[in-house]
Amino acid sequence: MKKITTISIAISALLMIIAPQFLKNYGIYLLTYWLIFIIATMGLNLTLGYAGQKSLGHAAFFGIGAYTVAIVMKAGLSFWLGLPLGAALCFFIGIALGFPALRVQTIYLAFATLGFNTAVWLVMRNEEWLTGGTFGINNIARPELFGFSLASNMAYYYFTLGVTVLMAAALWGLLRSPWGKAFTALRDNPIRAESLGVDIRSYTLLSFAIGAAYAGVAGALFASLVEFIEPAPFTVGASIMMYLMVVVGGAGYFLGPVLGAAVGVLLPEWLRFAQAWYLFVFGSAVVLLMIWLPDGLLSIPDRLKAKKQAKNESAARAASAHAAANKGAQA
Amino acid sequence: MTDFLQLFFSGLATGAIYGLAALGFTLLWQASGTINFAQGEFVMLPAFMMLGFMAFGLPLAASFALSVVLAVVVLGWIFKRGIVDPLFKFGMMPIVVATIGLAIAMRNGVRAGYSAEAHAFPSLFPDQIYNVAGVTITLADLGTFVLAIALVFVTQAFMTKTVTGRAMQAVAQNTESASVLGINVPRMIFYAFAINAVLAVAAALLVTPTYLAKFDMGESLGNKAFFAAIIGGFNNSRGALLGGLIVGVCENLAAAYISPAYKDAVALVIFMVVILFKPQGLLGKKEERKV
Repeated sequence: MKKITTISIAISALLMIIAPQFLKNYGIYLLTYWLIFIIATMGLNLTLGYAGQKSLGHAAFFGIGAYTVAIVMKAGLSFWLGLPLGAALCFFIGIALGFPALRVQTIYLAFATLGFNTAVWLVMRNEEWLTGGTFGINNIARPELFGFSLASNMAYYYFTLGVTVLMAAALWGLLRSPWGKAFTALRDNPIRAESLGVDIRSYTLLSFAIGAAYAGVAGALFASLVEFIEPAPFTVGASIMMYLMVVVGGAGYFLGPVLGAAVGVLLPEWLRFAQAWYLFVFGSAVVLLMIWLPDGLLSIPDRLKAKKQAKNESAARAASAHAAANKGAQA
Repeated sequence: MTDFLQLFFSGLATGAIYGLAALGFTLLWQASGTINFAQGEFVMLPAFMMLGFMAFGLPLAASFALSVVLAVVVLGWIFKRGIVDPLFKFGMMPIVVATIGLAIAMRNGVRAGYSAEAHAFPSLFPDQIYNVAGVTITLADLGTFVLAIALVFVTQAFMTKTVTGRAMQAVAQNTESASVLGINVPRMIFYAFAINAVLAVAAALLVTPTYLAKFDMGESLGNKAFFAAIIGGFNNSRGALLGGLIVGVCENLAAAYISPAYKDAVALVIFMVVILFKPQGLLGKKEERKV
């Protein structure tokens, strides 16, 4: 099993590295777009999938990251200042948003975060002096890294890929640390976690803050990728879509966001000519998925394994019962 | 002062519609623990049903009646049997996610399959304006308000005065005892879904003349209805109306006196204040957190 995992990781890494060589400009752009959403939904997966906090305001953080970079660069400062600034801003706003989560849970929290997203979106749309209002901010340049220009789609793709791998590694490390265990304890049974000495207060806030920082980084990369931002990609609808991406891929599965973002971003972009029908099918698929696979697409292998195990166990039980019966007959 | 009163009264009309949508929402919640994220779309679809029947030359009243029947079947029975029943055992969030998916499917199904344009909808009330002490009130606002309030009170009376309604309340409060007492629990839950569907058609009839029939008309309506329901108290039907009226009136006042651009934030601010200080809502009863 371990060997298969290593091999498949190596193959997908290789694919990701050579893929752009065979793609046209737009294809490379789409892959980058996908990577950015993987980063954003990885953050949401931490908040939602691992820590169990139902957040419907993730696109707001995505937007805060994007606007921070845009505004910083508009002021003539570097992208490399904007990126950490956006992430830090998201981190602290994420802590602030976590406070309602200490008081209310599940659906109330979903609405509180949804409301937060609306508020952020209204600021983006209305405060023209800062955000350009509905006209947005254009001509956001792509950054340079160690003297290499990342202006071409190809260079920017590799840069984004590198950031994605770094962010994924950081999350992997975090989840394997005691912190990660505390997050899942918080999700599975907050009251028991508290009685076992997990400080649920700080961990709830942290799960929001770290998830938000991921969205901030993704937003910063997004602003530089599309080179023009306006409030539209950061609506409540976008947050709901990110939520669905995590759930469809498999909340609480490390690779869930990779699959979820592909279904939520890559496919609709490719099928743009049929967007409304695609969304119709997507919405219906979400309903069916909830009925048949409430844990998301990545729960399929686990499910098959559980089925096989149950089958083996019942076979073993039958065999031992048979043996016992034989023994009884002999005696 | 006259300005204030004018804004207040037109806010009441909008608020009553929010309350109507919120009422269906709380009914579903009480009866079956279902949070319906497609509540706004449940209002949008009947608007198109009625337009469809009218396109066949039927009068508005007949279209309304047929839409009620169709809605009870589709938005009541099929919705319950197809989505809520299979997901009920998994708890609240899978139903939430499924209804989010349903909302996306309904919105885009109408957009792709019928039309992405806004369609005019005949008004129930003639264009008439009353002038009371300098305050102008349109007949449409007045009629909408009166009809919506009447519907809320009829529903309320049904729930408290009739045997069926009381049985539904019993199911909402304690499913096991209700079933021990011989109440047909699944049927009572279905009634809640049916009433929700009827209320949605009624809300569509009242709201569409002003908002126009469009595939995304349910989005903001659904949101306001949720906020209204939570502000008023999730487990209280009168709370839904109160919450709706508060949101409608405050929105109108804020648009005029503070900033029209931030009108949509009003429901949110009230909601935040309410959940921080009284999470069970203004009229709601407290529920303890269970281990």
